[in-house]
Amino acid sequence: MTATQSIDLLAVAPPIVVAVVAIGVLVLEAFLPARLAPVAGWVSLAGLAAALLTLLALRGETRRTFCVPGRGLVLPSCSYVVDDLTLVFQALVLAGAIVVVLLSLDTVRDSGLPAGEYWFLLLSSVSGAVTLAASRDVLTLVVALEVVSLPAFALVGLRRHDSRSSEAALKLFLVSVVSTAVMLFGLSLVYGTTGAVHLDRIAAALSDPAGREPATALGVTLAIAGFAFKVAAVPFHFWAPDVYVGAPVPVAAYLSVVSKAAGFVGLALLLTKGFGPYADVWAPVLAVLAALTMTVGNLVALRQRHAVRLLAWSSVAQSGYMLVPLGSAGRGQTSVDAVLRATVAYVLAYAVMNLGAFAVVTLVGRHRPANRLLDYRALGRTEPLTAFALAFFLACLAGLPPGLLGLFAKVVVFQAPVTQGVGWLAVVMAVNVVIGLFYYLGWAALLYARPGGAAAAPRPPSYRISWSDGLAIGITLGAALWLSVLPRMVLEALG
Amino acid sequence: MRQALLPLLLGLPVAGCLALLVLPPAVGDRVAVRLGVAVCGLTAAVAVLATAVADDLDLSWVPSLGLRFHLGLDGISAPLVLLTAGLTFLCMAYSTRIMPVDGRPRSFIGLLFLLEVGMLGTFVALDLLLFFVFFEVVLVPMWFVIAQWGDDGVPGGRVAAANTFILYTLLGSAVMLLGILLVRAKTGTFDMVALAATGGGGMSHDVQVLAFLALALGLAVKAPMWPLHSWLPDAHTAAPTVGSVLLAGVLLKMGTYGLVRIAVPIAPEGARVLAPFLGGFAVVGILYGALACMVQRDLKRLIAFSSVGHMGFVLLGIATLTPVGINGALFANVAHGLITGLLFFLAGAIKDRHHTASLDDLGGGLYQRLPKLGGLLAFAAVASLGLPGLAGFWGEMLALLGAFEPDPALPRGLYLVFMALAGIGVVLTTLYLVTLVRRVAQGVSAPRWRDAILLRDATSHELLVWSPVVVLVLGLGLWPKLLLDLTDPVVRRVFGG
Repeated sequence: MTATQSIDLLAVAPPIVVAVVAIGVLVLEAFLPARLAPVAGWVSLAGLAAALLTLLALRGETRRTFCVPGRGLVLPSCSYVVDDLTLVFQALVLAGAIVVVLLSLDTVRDSGLPAGEYWFLLLSSVSGAVTLAASRDVLTLVVALEVVSLPAFALVGLRRHDSRSSEAALKLFLVSVVSTAVMLFGLSLVYGTTGAVHLDRIAAALSDPAGREPATALGVTLAIAGFAFKVAAVPFHFWAPDVYVGAPVPVAAYLSVVSKAAGFVGLALLLTKGFGPYADVWAPVLAVLAALTMTVGNLVALRQRHAVRLLAWSSVAQSGYMLVPLGSAGRGQTSVDAVLRATVAYVLAYAVMNLGAFAVVTLVGRHRPANRLLDYRALGRTEPLTAFALAFFLACLAGLPPGLLGLFAKVVVFQAPVTQGVGWLAVVMAVNVVIGLFYYLGWAALLYARPGGAAAAPRPPSYRISWSDGLAIGITLGAALWLSVLPRMVLEALG
Repeated sequence: MRQALLPLLLGLPVAGCLALLVLPPAVGDRVAVRLGVAVCGLTAAVAVLATAVADDLDLSWVPSLGLRFHLGLDGISAPLVLLTAGLTFLCMAYSTRIMPVDGRPRSFIGLLFLLEVGMLGTFVALDLLLFFVFFEVVLVPMWFVIAQWGDDGVPGGRVAAANTFILYTLLGSAVMLLGILLVRAKTGTFDMVALAATGGGGMSHDVQVLAFLALALGLAVKAPMWPLHSWLPDAHTAAPTVGSVLLAGVLLKMGTYGLVRIAVPIAPEGARVLAPFLGGFAVVGILYGALACMVQRDLKRLIAFSSVGHMGFVLLGIATLTPVGINGALFANVAHGLITGLLFFLAGAIKDRHHTASLDDLGGGLYQRLPKLGGLLAFAAVASLGLPGLAGFWGEMLALLGAFEPDPALPRGLYLVFMALAGIGVVLTTLYLVTLVRRVAQGVSAPRWRDAILLRDATSHELLVWSPVVVLVLGLGLWPKLLLDLTDPVVRRVFGG
């Protein structure tokens, strides 16, 4: 039988739409007269929306493409699979990207970033994230992950005259390259022992208890270390705060939500679909990573005085919570599936609340470029709606009512270690939730504090909120409120 | 229709809160207090109606978590629901004339609405996770009430006091959540009714001990049980009057109610193992509270510490695991809510007038210069020390009686010691409260107060607000059956005997 492949074009439509629009915007922008400059942003927005619409057509049955035929007892394996998990993450990535584009519209216009390059890089990265969610072999996974990361370096370094920006880009680049090398080394070890690149075949090869080799365990661990860089897990986290602060705020939002979600989906796919039988090897590693990540993230966040830096450390801590379900996986596929569901639920909830917080921080940053926490003092008196939105997102991140979305997400995560009997991890997380509350609440309180002594200065004028910023905050706030009342959409995303 | 009563009970304050949120600030500030009185009055009326006729409501909310919107009202929860609705209504009524210094009625009343939702929800939830959610709802509004409208006259200031409060409670409730999830992991349900009916629904002995420990720890922080009480004095002292009243009057009861409603019935074997420890800490709390009160120099702080002692009696009653003791605990819960609520109202009134609550600065002579306030303070103090004929007496007596004859599975000798020590606690309590009355109310006014012209005795508005509490303290003292008839059948059904 010849190895001709039939390609299901509808299945691969979302990443293709995004990629085509990315190139289109780059070309289009070169020919646009200056007064029509914003059109490039709108085209990007439309492209992402179109890609989101194609997901509607993909609902229902699972689609597979780029398959290699099976031989004898071996079933055919596919590199690109569109199932519930894929759709959920593609929707998350595309919706998140839409919010980031909305936030970027004003940033690109005001800060003199090269518009064509900006939109091109952003959309390229998004196309990688969309592909990643559907990848079911390690090669596609790694390539997709690199497609997410490479444009991100350039995005971070796009502010050419800002030394912090260049430094951040360089840092991100070096860290990312090293982590990719480590990950590839790990994956090649796994390939060496299993002879397979497709996740389902790796899982089949690993499930033979007689064939357990130390080299495989080492490979699995190294692959995890590589992903730990991407999701900014301690001790591979140190790049995140500097990069977030150095990048334009919408790019920081993109990195901390969309790009991080991509890292998590890659990690979750690899571990649960590929290395599932080795759960007893990787779960303890991830449990320790989770405990370290949330503790370090929260403790350092306590001392931050700068809004973006605080969000950066808080999102390190949140990565720790997201690792908790994976860290408490037990042996057996049911257990692995359960932790996958919990991880997905938390990543979805996190995306909504963290994007929301970043949206407000972006808005405030337009008026107070220093973006210190003190700039938020008494915001509730001058900007009641904006302050309310931020307070609500912070309550969600803290996991305290009225932020029920965050509370439910935390309950889902807590459930994993409790049911799997990893009590110590649950206790560590309980303590961390309390530490986290301290800085989230402190910030929220600042919003409603009495104007400080320095505010003897005249009241700052009301912000004029552009439609794009308003829409970005409105979408995220609406989603957070809606999901606080009816969280089924995120908690039962995988049925 | 009857099923709609409990959601209505919670929905009214939610609606009030949302209304204030969407109203423009200027309008909101103008109508907030009136809206508060109206909504809370209506809520209180619904609470009375619900006590008589409400049916359970059981809806699915988040199936994947197993969370159900399951509400119900019975003899254990009804008194506390009435207490909550009543006290909140009185607090709103009090606020019509007397607001904390910082003003901003729209935010203040909005937070009180949210607080009421959490308090009522905690008492009517019949789903463990739902209980937890409501348990957490009160934290943020109470934090804001203390941190923004509070008084800085505590070590570290009001924000530190508010932080201590929320961090302690949250740590406790995080541990409690682990206990709740453990129960779910082992039994597959959050349904309190089903779990209580089967007495732990098949959890092994060790799991029950662990579950009880986790649940009780979280609830004990709230109650508060010695030595987890250290958040309480600062929070009560710093909070504005209305905040103190609700904190002492209702929030503390959420802890003891949780023990009676959740921890003991759901993990009965665990309770039998750990009850002696609970009883021991309770007795230490009684003695510690009383001794600490003797050295306090601030009126509000003294009342706060007296709460540690009184809640010790409630915990002791629960620790006996007998219907008598638990009836006593529930009675003492309500009595303490009323009496301490009244005491904090009075302390607030005294503090507002003198701009200090320091006992040294106040000096004696309250009878002389403010006879009505002085008389009420003496009445509340006497009620608090458990004078027969007033509400404070019955609960503590029943708790002691329960300790005399605890559950057969518990070491009786130890409980007799507890009883004796708690008896000493009663004596010490009497001592410090009588001393308080002598120090503040009797004697002659210091010159600075004698010459102050702005000191006004209790206004008719204040008297009107406080009179229902006074009447109830008298009523429950003279006719304890009123409350016991409500709690006793349920307590006997749940705890046997």
